[in-house]
Amino acid sequence: MLDINDLRVSVDGKPILNGLSLHVKAGEVHAIMGPNGSGKSTLAQVLAGRDSFQVDGGTVTYDGEDLLTQPAEVRARAGVFLAFQYPVEIPGVSNAYFLKAAVNAVRRHRGLQELDAMDFLKRVKSEMKAVGMKEEFLYRSVNEGFSGGEKKRNEVLQMTLLEPKLAVLDETDSGLDIDALKVVADGVNRLRAPDRALIVITHYQRLLDYIVPDYVHVLANGTIVRSGGPELAAELEERGYAWLAKAPEEQAKGVTT
Amino acid sequence: MNAATKNIDSFLDREYSAGFVTDLESDSLPKGLSEATVRAISAKKHEPAFMLEWRLEAYRHWLTMTPPHWAQVGFPAIDFQDIVYYAAPKQKKDGPRSLDEVDPELLRTYEKLGVPLHERARLAGVVAVDAVFDSVSVGTTFQKQLAEKGIIFCSFSEAVREHPDLVRQYLGSVVPPGDNFYAALNSAVFSDGSFVYIPKGVRCPMELSTYFRINAQDTGQFERTLIIADEGAHVSYLEGCTAPMRDENQLHAAVVELVALKDARIKYSTVQNWYPGDKDGKGGIYNFVTKRGDCRGDRSHISWTQVETGSAITWKYPSVVLRGDDSVGEFYSVALTNNRQQADTGSKMTHMGRNTRSTIISKGISAGHGSNTFRGLVKVTPKAENARNYTQCDSLLIGEQCAAHTFPTIEAGNPSARVEHEATTSRIGEDQLFYAMQRGLSAEDAVSMIVSGFCKEVFKELPMEFAVEAQNLLGVSLEGSIG
Repeated sequence: MLDINDLRVSVDGKPILNGLSLHVKAGEVHAIMGPNGSGKSTLAQVLAGRDSFQVDGGTVTYDGEDLLTQPAEVRARAGVFLAFQYPVEIPGVSNAYFLKAAVNAVRRHRGLQELDAMDFLKRVKSEMKAVGMKEEFLYRSVNEGFSGGEKKRNEVLQMTLLEPKLAVLDETDSGLDIDALKVVADGVNRLRAPDRALIVITHYQRLLDYIVPDYVHVLANGTIVRSGGPELAAELEERGYAWLAKAPEEQAKGVTT
Repeated sequence: MNAATKNIDSFLDREYSAGFVTDLESDSLPKGLSEATVRAISAKKHEPAFMLEWRLEAYRHWLTMTPPHWAQVGFPAIDFQDIVYYAAPKQKKDGPRSLDEVDPELLRTYEKLGVPLHERARLAGVVAVDAVFDSVSVGTTFQKQLAEKGIIFCSFSEAVREHPDLVRQYLGSVVPPGDNFYAALNSAVFSDGSFVYIPKGVRCPMELSTYFRINAQDTGQFERTLIIADEGAHVSYLEGCTAPMRDENQLHAAVVELVALKDARIKYSTVQNWYPGDKDGKGGIYNFVTKRGDCRGDRSHISWTQVETGSAITWKYPSVVLRGDDSVGEFYSVALTNNRQQADTGSKMTHMGRNTRSTIISKGISAGHGSNTFRGLVKVTPKAENARNYTQCDSLLIGEQCAAHTFPTIEAGNPSARVEHEATTSRIGEDQLFYAMQRGLSAEDAVSMIVSGFCKEVFKELPMEFAVEAQNLLGVSLEGSIG
């Protein structure tokens, strides 16, 4: 579904990703771990189509098509979803309005009939219950005044409603207490499906106790330095990231295909 | 230029759809201003002597005044001798007695602007319209139905002839002829406008509105609006404005006076869409307007709502004098400046009565090379016990070349006054755009949504019909169909 080959990305001339390769198939869950500043969030944003990054080389193919030439909204409609590390506030725009506009933009693209207000409300209310959000959040401005946990739940809600094919979760666990973490993980797990791939970016192993990945990759200095199964996450938790800096280059070659 | 910016630019780069010219023979005075001009205008309108005297006094006073320069706007000096002060579509008689006599070409013009004047063409009883074309009113709808309730809604010229006592009593009582340079000019040469009187205890059963249209070349429009709500009366009034696209700047210097007596309520809404000039700032209307309401009686209430998207330069400060005890003044404003447009706008709230309250909510949006200034004055006089004011002014910047300024002034002359001021400036963030686009929205829809969200507090004050027009004007789709 997603093939990243030798991706090189810089910001203001400063290289962030240095030849990153990653291959993700439908139905798989990949975790990307790594220390701060390793390029995790950059990868997420480049996949979603943020244009403040300079792609210097490499290719990204999604569903057989070149992803990098497509604008963000086209990627989104084609099923690429990014759960933001820092969800953005939009004052004066109600969550309900925003969600409905997004859902219908995606539905139009997929040739489905747009949801009317009644159908949409029915759907969104049941999904909100599942992620433990009160109905009042529908009528509040998008993310405005939400706590960290509420923002993250709102991201999971959007993800559920938009039914992406490829969902990238950028540190969705950061700043969450254990209850919120469970709710978020639960929401993500319900999304696991044979035709859907998930990339879970996290700094801590904690989240992976609840979302068990098929593969774990370690990102350092803009490239994947090590790949393995879920046991790698536990190893990282124990030993930290420092030992990886010295790890031999070969370790990176176990990239899953 | 990145994709998001490009998208914002194309969104802002929309056509001015009201820019057409109606080909009509017009009856105009030659360019220039003198005592003879003032006399000629008065004579054309068959005014009583008191009116001419009033005008001449204003004119003589104006001669002693100089244009104000304190506003945060820049433009070459106006040559007041190079303006036509009176232009009217030519008519066979003194003026049409009924809508059936109005030149069909004029009716078509208003239809094209979305303001059909035929009463049967409008939803029954929704809005009564006075249509002002250049210097004259060409027709007023629903007069008969309103008259049954004792409501007077007519052109200013008609009011001067038919209701001289009311005009004499109230004209200039809120904005005196010598108030400021442009108000003095208007007082001397004003040609038409709307007049409203709502009798004691009457709630006006429909929205009243005036649609101002400048058509003729080199013409200034100097209209005068006077609204009086007698004790316990309620009225909601709307005005809309457009003009053709021309390379020369045209002057629009209006005066609006509102009088609210005891327990009366006036809601005045404006959607101002005068021609803003082209991309490089060529042409456009100079919109120099004095608007003031007088809460003369206890518990009276005056509310101004404006959406200002047009004009090359806007200079106006709809204000309320809170004279009566427990009276309330409100000002809600959205001002958008794009390309080379400049706006210096805001409000003055003068608290004189006890327990008076005022609210100022101002939303300035600057795009392109636009410059947007909020200027506010909250004045609490020594006798105004327990005055309250809340002011919030927010600026939204779109792009890198625009500017926003805020000049709030507070004069609290009574220690019991409580005055709050909040101000924010934000840029339509790449973050917000990216977030919305990552959810599948187009850049255009994303900008619309963000701007609309920014203006929400003001839009919700507009009457429904106008809210739709205002949102369309800002190029935004209607929010709030759910939630």
